[in-house]
Amino acid sequence: MSDKEIDEISGTETTGHEWDGIKELNTPMPRWWVITFYITIIWAVGYMIAYPAIPWVNSATKGFLGYSSRADVATEMAAAEAVQSQYVDRIATMPVEEISSHPDLLQFAVAGGSAAYKVNCVQCHGSGAQGAPGYPNLNDDSWLWGGDINAIYQTIAHGVRFDGDDDTRYSEMPAFNDILEPEEIRQVAAYVVSLTGEPSDPSLVEPGSVIYAENCADCHGDDGKGDIELGAPNLADAIWFYGDDENQIATQIANPQHGVMPAWAERLGDTVIKQLAVFVHSLGGGQ
Amino acid sequence: MRFGVETVAVGIGAFLALLGAAFARDSQFEAHMWVLFFVLLVSVVVMLRTATFKTAGTKQADTSGYFDEVVKYGAVATMFWGIVGFLVGVVVAAQLAFPDLNIEPWFNFGRMRPLHTSAVIFAFGGNALLATSFYVVQRTTRARLWGGNAAWFVFWGYQLFIVMAATGYLLGITQSREYAEPEWYVDLWLTVVWVVYLLVFLATLIKRKEPHIYVANWFYLAFIVTIAMLHVVNNLAVPVTFLGAKSYSAFAGVQDALTQWWYGHNAVGFFLTAGFLGMMYYFIPKQVGRPVYSYRLSIIHFWSLIFLYIWAGPHHLHYTALPDWAQTLGMVFSIMLWMPSWGGMINGLMTLSGAWDKIRTDPIVRMMVISVAFYGMSTFEGPVMSIKAVNSLSHYTDWTIGHVHSGALGWVGMISFGAIYYLVPKLWHRRRLYSLRLINWHFWLATLGIVVYAAVMWVAGIQQGLMWREYDTQGFLVFSFAESSAAMKPYYILRLVGGFMYLAGGLVMGFNIVMTILGREREEAPIPGSQPVTQPAE
Repeated sequence: MSDKEIDEISGTETTGHEWDGIKELNTPMPRWWVITFYITIIWAVGYMIAYPAIPWVNSATKGFLGYSSRADVATEMAAAEAVQSQYVDRIATMPVEEISSHPDLLQFAVAGGSAAYKVNCVQCHGSGAQGAPGYPNLNDDSWLWGGDINAIYQTIAHGVRFDGDDDTRYSEMPAFNDILEPEEIRQVAAYVVSLTGEPSDPSLVEPGSVIYAENCADCHGDDGKGDIELGAPNLADAIWFYGDDENQIATQIANPQHGVMPAWAERLGDTVIKQLAVFVHSLGGGQ
Repeated sequence: MRFGVETVAVGIGAFLALLGAAFARDSQFEAHMWVLFFVLLVSVVVMLRTATFKTAGTKQADTSGYFDEVVKYGAVATMFWGIVGFLVGVVVAAQLAFPDLNIEPWFNFGRMRPLHTSAVIFAFGGNALLATSFYVVQRTTRARLWGGNAAWFVFWGYQLFIVMAATGYLLGITQSREYAEPEWYVDLWLTVVWVVYLLVFLATLIKRKEPHIYVANWFYLAFIVTIAMLHVVNNLAVPVTFLGAKSYSAFAGVQDALTQWWYGHNAVGFFLTAGFLGMMYYFIPKQVGRPVYSYRLSIIHFWSLIFLYIWAGPHHLHYTALPDWAQTLGMVFSIMLWMPSWGGMINGLMTLSGAWDKIRTDPIVRMMVISVAFYGMSTFEGPVMSIKAVNSLSHYTDWTIGHVHSGALGWVGMISFGAIYYLVPKLWHRRRLYSLRLINWHFWLATLGIVVYAAVMWVAGIQQGLMWREYDTQGFLVFSFAESSAAMKPYYILRLVGGFMYLAGGLVMGFNIVMTILGREREEAPIPGSQPVTQPAE
């Protein structure tokens, strides 16, 4: 180009092009830039020789290091399992109630159960096992299906009202809006509240106690303390599942909700279920 | 009548939208077609009201000079969508810190998040690229935009795409492909608009009156061509019905994942990098008044960037079902991309040689320089994060969010602000901007906002990554996911503060730009050092 010129400030020649007043200097590329670029290319070629990189039709080059991310994971898993096997193998062959008599196994099972709990259980029961409306608190003394270690193990393994597991826990309370008048439901709700020692309207409580004795006592007991064998909750302990308000209790009587818990045995395997049972039992409410 | 045919066409479009609503097979499509109908109806009314109904020929349009009217609209749209996008960003940041702010169903995080990403990338960034590419290509080819009103079609067609995408998200219409959430009919519309954009740009280049094509135009063209290819391939899908919103992707499984990240990564590479490098290559030399540092570097870094970027997408799928060989290639191409990316930074920064004092005296130059600095930082951080060992810690954490925002807020945002500050006085023939001191305020609000945002997300991301991989001595996980989420709360609140500062800077800019367009000039002391000091005679 004919209109090349020397830029006064930098002393560098321009390329002679100009667009809307913009010119270009013909500065050589910075050496450090070129060298670093070459180094990254050389490194890339080396890495591609060392690791799987070039695809063929049905497979790819393996690389001379023989690296495979799947094999890596398998190795790491095997190593982790080897470390745990001294405990896992003993837990596998031991009845769940015996674990707590071996201090090392108890410690391992609580740690393992806690880890499994964090992955599988927190979604419903909460990260502190505190529960949520419709999902039981696992720290308190109130157990719907029993709080001894075997009962907890059974509940975790087979779930509650879980289709597809023949040993699942099952109970169903009838919908009393088909059986009782709305006024009667209000009366029995008032009576149920009075069982916990909370104040309630005496004019409702009195007829409520009669209705309770005729309709509810068979499952929940004369004293309202429930029956674990039947899966009938204790109504006298002031621990409520679907709300402690008298109206909420009436709603639950009229048209009861029933929670579902999955059966975990197939998914987690027996030793993890045992660890979970030990962990839940250790939370403080275990019987 | 001006735009007679166009008005009729939009009217027919409105009628078709009405038919679409009437015969829709699902309620989402019906709602979306109603939105389209009202948008087009309002457009027809506006077009009729501005019509002059004079016989053709009484007033010849000026075809001698440059076609800058569409650039003006683009500059205003950039500002508008920018503030909208930043605002939605602040809202989603607040939703993460305070989950009660998720208002079902329209304003929950799942619908607001694509609204934010699309608003800032495609509405703000896209309009900035449209406006500046139309401005730059005319100046550097000394040719008027090809195609007459085609540029108007591109501009308004693109705005329609934005409105349809945004309303679709809030209605719950999504194909769940990151940065490509709009469903098939919106994608088809964007394809039409984009092809016309390509035609206008390419034909303007072809009829240029300069012998050579300026480097900015290489980058703009690479951006337009590659986005067309990425958009079409990534959105290949079969609609369930032509009267319904739902479609199914042509790809499945890991092939689908790779297609999405081939698209997603190159949306960053060609939309947010190549396009904005085009912007940088025009506006920095113009604002600084110095020649581009190195022509040779611009050639080499352009071609190496274009060639290498397109292969780097698999680094988003490290340690997944993607075969090892593809992960290897994604990683090594990302490492090789480091220097080609930095070539742009060197050319941008070194163009200031001989004029470094302008960083002190010209707030627009300062904005452009910090932008290139953030570009350099995030194009170094990117290759580092693509290394598998680093990625095993950083992946899925907020570190990635921090990385994206140092690039998006720092590089894309700041270079666009600089370009708009440069353009507005020129387009509206104003002597100067309303206020240079407000640019200074914008600069510091935005810069500090980014620093807070990025630093907080680094710490948050590394803590997340470490919590997720924490095992006890017996080999059990220590933390649940919920515990790592709970640990993020202070960081999320601080991130909200950073984002709010950036939004505040955007509002300051919006005010400054509006006042400039209105022709006001704020009386203020000049920036120290920007004017020669007059010494009293001794």
